Amino acid sequence: MEALISFLAAAIVAGTPLLFATIGEIITERSGNLNLGVEGMMLMGAVMGFMVGMMTGNAALALLAAMIAGAFGALIFAFLTITLRANQVVSGLTLTIFGTGFSNFIGQPLVGQIAPEGIRLFFRPYTIPVLGNIPVIGPILFRQDAFVYLGYAASILLGIYLYKTSKGLNLRAVGENPGSADAVGINVNLYKYVHTLLGGALCGLGGAYLSLVYVPAWQEGVTAGRGWIAVALVIFATWNPYKALFGAFLFGGLDIIGFRMQGLGINVSQYFIDMLPYLVTIVVLVVVSMKKSKENAPPKGLGNAYFREER
Amino acid sequence: MKNNYISMQNISKSFGKVVANKNINLTVHQGEIHALLGENGAGKSTLMSMLSGVYTPDGGSIFVKDKEVRFAAPKDAINAGIGMIYQHFKLIDVLTAKENIILGQKNGLFLNQRALTERIREMSARFGLDIDPDKKVYDMSVGEKQTLEILKVLHRGAEILILDEPTAVLTPQETEKLFKIMNRMKEEGCAVIFITHKMNEVMEVADRITVLRKGETVETVHKNSTNPKHLTELMMGCAVDLSIKRIETEKSKVAMEVKDLIAYNDEGVKVLKELSFSIYAGEILGVAGIAGGGQKELCEAIAGLQPVKQGEIIFEEENLVGKSPSEIIAKGVSMSFIPEDRLGMGLVASMDIVNNIVLKLYQRQKGFFINRKPAEQKSLEIVKRLDIQTPGINHPVRMLSGGNIQKVLLGRELDSKPQVLITAYPVRGLDINSCHTIYDILNEEKQKGVAVLYIGEDLDVLLELCDRIMVMCAGEITGIVDARNTTKEEIGLMMVGAVNSDIKEELS
Repeated sequence: MEALISFLAAAIVAGTPLLFATIGEIITERSGNLNLGVEGMMLMGAVMGFMVGMMTGNAALALLAAMIAGAFGALIFAFLTITLRANQVVSGLTLTIFGTGFSNFIGQPLVGQIAPEGIRLFFRPYTIPVLGNIPVIGPILFRQDAFVYLGYAASILLGIYLYKTSKGLNLRAVGENPGSADAVGINVNLYKYVHTLLGGALCGLGGAYLSLVYVPAWQEGVTAGRGWIAVALVIFATWNPYKALFGAFLFGGLDIIGFRMQGLGINVSQYFIDMLPYLVTIVVLVVVSMKKSKENAPPKGLGNAYFREER
Repeated sequence: MKNNYISMQNISKSFGKVVANKNINLTVHQGEIHALLGENGAGKSTLMSMLSGVYTPDGGSIFVKDKEVRFAAPKDAINAGIGMIYQHFKLIDVLTAKENIILGQKNGLFLNQRALTERIREMSARFGLDIDPDKKVYDMSVGEKQTLEILKVLHRGAEILILDEPTAVLTPQETEKLFKIMNRMKEEGCAVIFITHKMNEVMEVADRITVLRKGETVETVHKNSTNPKHLTELMMGCAVDLSIKRIETEKSKVAMEVKDLIAYNDEGVKVLKELSFSIYAGEILGVAGIAGGGQKELCEAIAGLQPVKQGEIIFEEENLVGKSPSEIIAKGVSMSFIPEDRLGMGLVASMDIVNNIVLKLYQRQKGFFINRKPAEQKSLEIVKRLDIQTPGINHPVRMLSGGNIQKVLLGRELDSKPQVLITAYPVRGLDINSCHTIYDILNEEKQKGVAVLYIGEDLDVLLELCDRIMVMCAGEITGIVDARNTTKEEIGLMMVGAVNSDIKEELS
């Protein structure tokens, strides 16, 4: 039991960077923009967050820097695809390559350095009164660090935003059918810009969690492909932030299960473990495609540029 | 008394080199239904797109209630009280009626579902509209979607309604209902602009009519001082004979027989329910029905594209079911299917005419490399025979106008000298002249003894052109009637599922 609880608590920690990136990509895709630059934006956020953290020792400033860096990456993407109407897939892939190079370049002098103590202390596990004392659930969910709680809050707020507010309704309309949204007076480009940038900021936070809390040190390619897992997770979660919460922690568990099993003396190839998240995504894709539910389908306008006067 | 709700003066708009609107003038009063009449490409939709803020005019001015306005976006037009109902509905499928209605409006931060439902019910009652606020759009019929569109613009406080070819997709009964709604809005003091190219509808519902031709205003007339013939002349710029010829041929042998055809679509829904009918050589068999009633699946089943679960399609004493499309083509069954977006199925948009011909021709050629010579020859023939307006046979078909694209497609299909020709919506979106060219071509084929299956939308055309009309509803044949002695109303009823007792006689 103890082992299981500690495994699940660790799964949440491992899932948190995925969670930020996933809800970031969900809100981006809900506006109809397929931004495959998640990995790049995470790395940009990771390196800028780490660097500002090293310079200032201030956690809030580090997170802010990570968000700005992620949003900056998203801004490149948004300008290319919304204003210039470039191909989204190509732009996204380019952003990933750019972000990787950018983080390696900026992070070169930081390689091997450990996050400052002030920040590590700031993000130490904190037991929430009452909730933290609930048996089983408490130790798993409510004895985590502040960053994890921020992830819970962000997902739930995003869910409320999408499904309960009029702005969220407008956003869903933009992603589904920008032409219709435009015809009822929604500013399509503004919605696309705002949510793509917000999505990028969330991806940046996901990266910062890796470099500042999870590792916590700078190393090249610190995201190790998690951006791609997040892209898969968006499909797994069927563009729903609540399901993303569950999915990210499940995938977090899959991420660390190899270590734990070795600890218990069970020998499974690490390569097989690495493959698991993608395998699960394929299974989910098969199931979702077979069910063909209209609610679980991707936003219909996903991947297409919108131009009002096109004939 | 007569307030000028809208006045558009000297409006011009061009797209690149194409002039869509040239110095157009239009005045619409309060409490009138104003029809905007013109052929395809006359500039009706462009003009209305400027009134609704989708396009910005290159020149001229727009006045709403005597105040000059400049619309930078649809939002500005909505705020000025203009509501546009587009031909292709601007609804979000996965949302409910209610959500579609409030979309893009200033609401509180959170949605107050109950108050909204109340308000929608109250509005529907006032205008005599019938809608379920919690129904998802993807579950709605075309008529319901249109009602929802109307409710949507009314909810935004629209006093000027623009309906872009609203009857194109409706059954006669639904059209009647729409006209009632339009009259109701007129009584409530709205101004209604009604875009159409159907003469009978104009005469039935409009108060005044503005005719456009080639991007220019021809004239604005009162309904009482005009007649369909006069309007047509204004529209075309010359006197034309609008009647469609029906060439009488001897009823001869059965060209193709369909027996108990059953098919399912990808979602496992039965789309063809035990269809049985024959089509004779030298006849045009019309197929009427609401979109999605199985017409598309029937065509595809005959062409070998739609898997058939059960039943037979007998052609020259052989069953076509289970044969591949190319085998079916080789036997002499040809299909020119014109989908909603014209280019989706049939032609490759970015290729030129020659290459599109090659697509069907190369299969009859031997060897690894393609010989383009015969295709070039054919292209020239087709261009000449069907009078296709193109800068050259090496011009991408995407750049041609809709009518010319359709002619290319039809020309290619006719080139294989079929014995059975299936045409689905061949005149969709074409102007009157092009329509008549197509009807003439079909009549010519009929005279040669080809069996033509004609899937159509316009009941008037079906009644005039076809020998017999088969009506389909939800994958079933609800009647096969002689086009010479049936009425639009009868067909309309069968389109919504009323079974005609004559079928049995016809089928036997």
